Order: sequence, then structure tokens, then C-alpha cells
Amino acid sequence: MKYKKKYKKKSNSILYICIFLVILYILNKTLDPYKLRILNLCGIYVVLGLSLNLINGFTGLFSLGHAGFMAIGAYTTALLTMPPAMKEMNFFMQPIVPFLANVEWSFLPALLMGGLVSAIMGFLIGAPVLKLTDDYLAIATLGFAEIIRVVFTNLQSITNGALGLKGIPATTNVWWSWGMAILTILLLKYLMKGSYGIAFKSIKDDEIAAQAMGINLFKHKIMSFTIGSFLAGIGGGLLGNLLGTIDPNMFRFPLTFNILLIVVLGGLGSIKGTTVAAVIITIMMEALRFLDESINLGFISFEGIPGMRMVVFSVLLMAVVIFRKEGLLKES
Amino acid sequence: MIMLKIDNVTVKFGGLTAVNSFKLELTKGEIVGLIGPNGAGKTTVFNVITGVYKPTEGKITFIKDKSKINITGLRPDQISKLGICRTFQNIRLFKDLTVLENVFIGNHLRIKSNIFSSILRLPNYTREEREMYEKSMYLLERVGLTKEKDEKAYSLPYGKQRRLEIARALATNPSILLLDEPAAGMNPQETKELMKFIESIKDEFDLTIFLIEHHMEVVMGICKRILVLDYGISIAEGSPREIQNNPKVVQAYLGVE
Amino acid sequence: MNMSIQDFLQHLTNGISLGSLYALISIGYTMVYGILRLINFAHGDIFMLGAYITYYGLVFTSIPWWLVFILSAVITGLLGVLLERAAYKPLRNSPRITVLISAIGASFFLENLGTVVFGGRPKAFPTPSIFNSVVRIGGVSIVGVTFIIPAITIVLLILLNYFTKRTKTGMAMRALSKDYEAASLMGIDINKIISVTFLIGSFLAAVGGIMWGTKFPQLMPLMGMMPGIKCFIAAVIGGIGNITGAVIGGFILGLGEIMIVAFLPGLTGYRDAFSFVFLIIILLLKPTGLMGENMTEKV
Repeated sequence: MKYKKKYKKKSNSILYICIFLVILYILNKTLDPYKLRILNLCGIYVVLGLSLNLINGFTGLFSLGHAGFMAIGAYTTALLTMPPAMKEMNFFMQPIVPFLANVEWSFLPALLMGGLVSAIMGFLIGAPVLKLTDDYLAIATLGFAEIIRVVFTNLQSITNGALGLKGIPATTNVWWSWGMAILTILLLKYLMKGSYGIAFKSIKDDEIAAQAMGINLFKHKIMSFTIGSFLAGIGGGLLGNLLGTIDPNMFRFPLTFNILLIVVLGGLGSIKGTTVAAVIITIMMEALRFLDESINLGFISFEGIPGMRMVVFSVLLMAVVIFRKEGLLKES
Repeated sequence: MIMLKIDNVTVKFGGLTAVNSFKLELTKGEIVGLIGPNGAGKTTVFNVITGVYKPTEGKITFIKDKSKINITGLRPDQISKLGICRTFQNIRLFKDLTVLENVFIGNHLRIKSNIFSSILRLPNYTREEREMYEKSMYLLERVGLTKEKDEKAYSLPYGKQRRLEIARALATNPSILLLDEPAAGMNPQETKELMKFIESIKDEFDLTIFLIEHHMEVVMGICKRILVLDYGISIAEGSPREIQNNPKVVQAYLGVE
Repeated sequence: MNMSIQDFLQHLTNGISLGSLYALISIGYTMVYGILRLINFAHGDIFMLGAYITYYGLVFTSIPWWLVFILSAVITGLLGVLLERAAYKPLRNSPRITVLISAIGASFFLENLGTVVFGGRPKAFPTPSIFNSVVRIGGVSIVGVTFIIPAITIVLLILLNYFTKRTKTGMAMRALSKDYEAASLMGIDINKIISVTFLIGSFLAAVGGIMWGTKFPQLMPLMGMMPGIKCFIAAVIGGIGNITGAVIGGFILGLGEIMIVAFLPGLTGYRDAFSFVFLIIILLLKPTGLMGENMTEKV
């Protein structure tokens, strides 16, 4: 009886994914470039939202350093996929470090490498920092993200410093962004269903009890943090190769804030919620552009575009957190 | 056969001595009780055994498979892995997890497959998971919570929550079980059932049990040996009869005239 | 290393000025954290509001500058109380993450509201001339501002010290911060004490903002972000919840920032990162901060 139910559920999911892919195909053919860009961004923010939700929502670690891991992923993927000639043009102030000068990888290995480097940094940062309590963890992770940004701004020969990178190959398309999104959804779904995922949830629920039941807090927190950083790196890589240009100033706290917004509005600890919220908020961010008074300097930065739009969103965030803590979308 | 040896353990918090030169030897298969007035330091003793606190002085040795393991200063999860598990005075269930998940996660400390096999649902993981669920369902049946298995733990009434905590602790496969006021808030009927239950799980799971209780009928009923703690000092040790007749114990509970 | 005594003194005085500013702002963080165990992310933006309100007061009214300063600081103090009522009071019994998120939301709200209301372009702070008068000491030219800031800081600290140690409200604040539950059971009016805490913290932050404006006369809506984070770090370094610690932390960061760049000019680009490096070091070596105490959770 149970087997039949499981089988039905699985074939339902496969059906949904197939339908979704067909829709994606149609949209890819019919939408104009502007809307297509938004569609891609939605997929990317699903990945980013879920990566933060794993750390904050499921494991209860209040990390505010996400922008830093995105930066690492974005820069790694960009530098690996940019043709040597483009790199030479970019690095006119100071030549690029030799071991990066002539590499040109295809997108998938570059993306995975971006995730991997991010994950390694996540491990190194997490090791000292995850022992801290909530608020200190928040500030420490925020601090690390800032340190990463400052370092990137100064390492002229690796990242091209404040000038950033231009002419990154636009390899991200809907199949990549939403393909990764679907994979991330599946990854999280299976992870959280399994023993380790339940262990993460138990840590969020009551650390002391979890430890008393034999769960090694540090090991599990690091696991969650590292996987989250991996996914954030992938998200960053997808983002960089979508926008075509990146610079260290993109990866500041307001970027983390946007992802936090998605996670909170969708409901901490809800995969479905985060996915839906990612799409809705990405679209709303665009749709509400008219509220901004300042001149837009192009589509580039989500950070630091000042004005009414973010006023609306921050009020929304506070309202949800104060009045409806489960998020705007009901958990299944 | 001695399972646990607590040697002159003292726990000081700044200027306050919560536990002073505590000594205890637990023999396999015993049910030993720890009683004393409120604030005597009983839960502190539990906390020091399970690694929540590090003793200021003293040593705790766990004897397993004939080898002596010094568990002083180990982390709580390490101690649980070795086979000493506890319940909490104030009940610390995983409130947002289901009843079944609460017990299930008690199995997690012994899992051999790594996180990647759990994501990819490789056969070595799914096999372990199934065994864990089977064991959890059995424990739920044992404590009479099968019907509630998919409800969130916070929605259970108090008495059932206590039972769930014990089931969860049993899932860790302990050799020594520390119960902190398991009968708290129970009516006489439930208390009788609890006493029978404790004795039966002791036999079934081959346990050694150390329990803190205020319900005297539980303590006198199932404990072979009782220790009395007052202001952090062990003031008496003996059989239920001996303790009941000990003037120092009476004085500790009722105060000096 | 080629540095003359004059340069060194210049850097030293700059460091002390900056340190005083950081100290003033850090106090607000530490006081709020001490009682509510909350990082008031919006504190840096309160600092910004203080500067802007003063700006409008100086530019659009004919009130004498010293009065504008005092009034702005008071108004900002009240805004701080309002912030607490709106963003934190409803969540007093909620889990910490929720309150932190509200704090972040509030901070973002104020920053963007500031951008909307004040405009994103920098405004020039009309510093009263006394601050810009130059004094010559031993061959070194020092701007008046460099003395005034530490002087005002010291005066305010003395007043604050008197307040917390000698007045009933001050003692209630300290009691709440030591043991929230016990203090509330003693019949202390928690709401009033918390409001007073925010009032004082925001008042001091506003003074910091005003002094900041006299020293760095460019006002921007996001000017509170960096100092805000750095000052929280200063509070942590000094031992969160401890006012003296916050002051010490502020000076360590202020002096450190200036002196490190002075002695190692090649590291100028990394200036902003120093506070974070200090923070990580302290959190790893002595998480309770230089003057902090251990807080153990009861099991």
C-alpha cells in the first residue's frame, strides 16, 4: 500500500517537472529579452533563496554572509569562462595572474568550480564562527562577507579590483538557471526528508536536546553551512554569467537582504514557500521599479538602488515578521 | 559489574558549589534513585555525567565492554554515543518535529551512511533508514504513541510528552539511562504504569537506570538503592528502608526545628 | 617608516576623535543588547537621522546652533523610542531570529526612507565656525573639532555614569540587564526602562551623528551603515552589555583604524576590513569581550 503511494507521488513529480520544462521551452521561445532576463533571475533566486533557507530556515543558523559566497562563485565562474582575450582587455591596470590568464572552461565545470570554491570558503569560515550564538554569528558572517568584498576590491591581479569584470560570456539561459533551480529543489527535498535533514531541524528546534541525543552540533552545522555556501556559489556563478558584468560592490549586504526577504516571506523552513517567494519577489522588484525616484544606472545592481521600492519591501518584511511569522505563503 | 564510576566530582559556579565531592558507582542492571530537596544539585549531577557541565574537580569513568573510558569533560554528543542518555526535567522535545521524527532522530547518532548517500538515496542509506523507522515505530508502540506518530510534538498532552522523551532516549540505544523526574505531573494511575514501564524497559533493553524523582512512591517502589543530596552534598545512601528511617534525610526535607 | 612627531600627533588626535565618535554610538548598541539581547541594526541609521535633523535645523531655521544640536539630539532620542515601539516591542516574546529580521528590516526601511526624503546626493553639513578654528600646539595645527569631540564625549560619559549608578531608573536599567526575569518580578516598569534605554542610546548616537557631521561634513542617507556595523563590533569587543567596554571598544577601533593606516599606508584599501578582523579575533579568543562576563544557559 505504502509502495503504491510512493510510486504515485514520484510519477506525479516527474509529470510536473515535464510540464514545467515544456512551459519553459515555450517561454524561452516567445518572451522578449527583458522578460527572459527576469525569468532567468527568478530561477537564480530560487537557488539562492533555498541555499539561504537551508542555513537559516532549516538549521537555524542566522548567517548574513551570503553575498560573500555569491561573490566567490560569481568571480570564479566568470574568470574560468572568460576567453583570454577578454581577460586581457579587462585587466589593463594590472595584468591578470598567470595561472588564470589562459584558462577557458566550459560553463558546467566552471559553475561547479564556483560552487566548490565557495563551499571551501564556507567550511573555512564556518569552522571558527559556527560556535557562536545567533546574534554574534550574524555579525561575524556579515563581517566575513565584508572582508571578502574588501579583499576582492584590492586584489587587482586576480579580480581586477574595483573595476570589476566586463564581457563575461552570457552562458546562463533558462535551462541553466531553472535546471539548477529544479536540481536545488530536489536536493533540498531529499536532504530534508532524510536523517541528516531531520538532524538539522532538530538543531534549530533545540540545540541542547539535539546534542544530548548524540548529534554532533558542530559537524552538522558545518555540513549545512558548506552545502548552503556551495549552492550560493552556484547561484553567484549563474548570476555573473547572466548579467555579463560584475564588481565587488554588487555583493554587499543589500543583496543578502533581498535573499533574506525571499526566505522570510516564503516562510523559514519551507521549500515550496521559498520557491514561490523567489519568483514573486523577483518579479515585484522589477515591477515596482517605477517607485524609484533615482535614475537607474542599468539593471546591474540589486544593491543600493535606493528609494521607495526598498521602503515598500522593508515595510513588507517587518510586517510579515511581526504579524505573520510563518511567512505569507502557507506551509504545506 | 560496575558501569559508571563517579569519583569525588565537585561542580562550582563561580563562588557557588552546586555539587560537592559526589561519589557513585552504578552496577549493571540497577535502578538507583537520586532524591533531595529542590535546588540540592540533582540535575547538576545529571548535567555533569552527560557532559553539559565540566566538573571543577573529580573524574567520571564509564566501563564498557570491560574497558574503562574517562568521560570527564567529553561533549554531550560523545557521551550519548558511548551509551549514556538522558531525559530532561523540563521536557526538551523537538517541538516542531512530529512524534515519529522525534524518536527517529534518536537513531541518527549511529548512522553509518554519509550525507551524500542520504541525498541520493543510495541503497546503503535507504536500508539504514528503514531499520531506523522500524525501530522507532516499535518504540512508539512500546510507549503507546503509535496513533499520534504524525502529530507535532508540541501538540501532545504533558503525560504523553514525557513518554515520548523516554522513547526518544531509548532510540539512542543506551546502556545507561538517566531519567530526570519522569513522573512529574502524573496522576497516581499514570505513576503506577510508569513504574511498571520503567522496570519492563530495564529488562527488555538491558539497561542500568539512574533516576531523579520527587514522587516518593516511585523511588521507594522501584529503586534498589537511593542517594540523598542536600546542598550539593551526598548525605545518605542506602536501601529505601534505610533512607526512610534516616534522621538526616528527614531533617533535610523538613528543615531543622 | 618615515613619520614625524607632528604627523604622529596628528594621527593620534584623529584617532582619538574617531574613537570618541565610535564610543558614543557603541554605547547605544551595548545598552540595548544588555537588556533585550538584541542587535539594534537600525542604530546606525538613528545616528544618520540625528545628523540630518541637525542639518535641516541649521539650514532652515534661525535657531542658534547649540540649541539646534540639543533639540535634534532630543528629537532623535524620541525617534529611537518610536522605533522600539514599532519594530521591537511586538516581538518581545518571539525567537531571536525573528527580532533580528525585524531589526534588519527597520534599518533598511530607515536607510531607504532617508534616501527618499533627503535625496541620495550628499549634503554639506554647515559646521559652526568654532569647530573649524585652528589651534597651533607645538608646531602642529589641529582643528578645533578634534578637541571638542572628545571633550563632549567625556562630559556625556560622566553624566551617563552618574545616571546609571545614582538614579533609580539607571539602577533599574542595570538590574534588567543583569537578570531580566528577576528584575521584572521586582515590579520594575519594563516598558518605561526600555524606552529610556532607547532614548539615551539614540540621543548619544545623535550627538555622535552631529559631531560626525562637523568632522566629515558630507551627509548621505547610507552614512550610518558602516559606522553602525563598526560600532556594534566595538561594543562586542568591549564586552556586550558593558558600557565602559563599549567606550573602550570604540576607542580601540577608532585609534586602530587610523593608526594602522598611518603606519602601513599600503593597507589603506583594507581600512574598512580592520574592524571585522578585530571582531573575528575577539570572537575566537574571548567571545565575551574584553570586559564581558560569561552568560551560561540553564539546562
